[in-house]
Amino acid sequence: MTNSIHDMGGMHGFGPVVPEPNEPVFHEDWEKRVYALQRAMGTPGLWTIDGGRASLENLLPLAYLASSYYKRWFLGLERRVVAHGLVGDDEISASRSLRPGIRLNRKMTLGDAMKRPLRGNFERPAPGPARFKAGDQVRTRNIHPPTHTRLPRYARGKLGTVEAVRGCHVFPDSAALGSGDNPQWLYTVLFAGRELWGEEADPSIKVSIEAFEPYLSRA
Amino acid sequence: MPANDPPTHKHDPGSELSEMQLRVKALETILTEKGYVDPAALDQIIENVETRIGPHIGARVVARAWVDPEFKRRLLADATEAVNSLAGFNPVGAHLIAVENTPQTHNVVVCTLCSCYPWDVLGLPPVWYKSAPYRSRTVIDPKGVLADFGIALPPGTDIRIWDSTAETRFLVIPMQPAGTEGWSEEQLASLVTRDSMVGIGLPKSPNENKAEAAR
Repeated sequence: MTNSIHDMGGMHGFGPVVPEPNEPVFHEDWEKRVYALQRAMGTPGLWTIDGGRASLENLLPLAYLASSYYKRWFLGLERRVVAHGLVGDDEISASRSLRPGIRLNRKMTLGDAMKRPLRGNFERPAPGPARFKAGDQVRTRNIHPPTHTRLPRYARGKLGTVEAVRGCHVFPDSAALGSGDNPQWLYTVLFAGRELWGEEADPSIKVSIEAFEPYLSRA
Repeated sequence: MPANDPPTHKHDPGSELSEMQLRVKALETILTEKGYVDPAALDQIIENVETRIGPHIGARVVARAWVDPEFKRRLLADATEAVNSLAGFNPVGAHLIAVENTPQTHNVVVCTLCSCYPWDVLGLPPVWYKSAPYRSRTVIDPKGVLADFGIALPPGTDIRIWDSTAETRFLVIPMQPAGTEGWSEEQLASLVTRDSMVGIGLPKSPNENKAEAAR
């Protein structure tokens, strides 16, 4: 969802950031299993990275805030395997399999896992020329879609400058809905701190977001 | 544990910890029995992130940029290509962007919407990077967040925040510490901390490094 609790930029009240010296990669063994399950279950391609994010954003705000990072991943994964018909609610309740699995197109094998993990490439051939170029003044749209978007609330309806054109990429707002890649041009858009946070804001601060073309209008 | 609890918080036996152990075990059992996952592949995925990827990768990239101006130029132009050109180096995924700290501008990376992080050069993100305090405050009060880490930038330094709202990922190239001219790439890499490559710390000074080595 768009205006949900995950969209945290600029919120007050969460307290100080607490660094942890010599932090381990994982704090609990179950976190390792959740991490691995999440990666392995991404392999069949039944959902996109954006669909995965959307399932976390749909958690109730109280559940989102009360859950650690890997617990959120777990809750999202549990929802997704049920929503995609891979696992039944009755099997979740029974804590065991009650019927054979459905056939998957791909599965992560040990051989796949031996390869060094590599981030996916989300760039796609451009369906048309980019509308903006570096240096252009733009205003972000004031949109509030009820579905997934990557335009944060704090940066909506704001005046900024295109700093760089980053190529044409999968559009998360479409991909999260299972509506395909719908590739869109992606830009780094830079805002003055005062444009985002008002006259009292520190003038030495600038903030950029990575903005897809449908988020922008010419200013 | 709640995202804003101190990371050292320990759970009472029988609370969330054991509940999560049971629930995760149950889901893994179901997914394995139905033939969707291979437990050996899961073990290997965990080994990869515990032993093979980590901030040592980014540190090598930064150290090379400090000693080789041509490499730094290529890194700033196309970080994915430049990193993948390093001899003997494992590839990183697309679309990595390197941003350079200067005496005028200090860069900080955040993801306000989730926890996007350049894990193929830095490993998995620390808890603080994924926490509500970091995600909420960095874009509005970066100096306060830096202060939480004991960092005060020289007066007059501009702060540039990069919110990772797409599949582009950012690696900060910190400034080379004074007094390290002529050091080897390996020596320099030992000064480059994870936090300095997120922009929320500074590289170790030669003295700090010596003191740590002596401990």
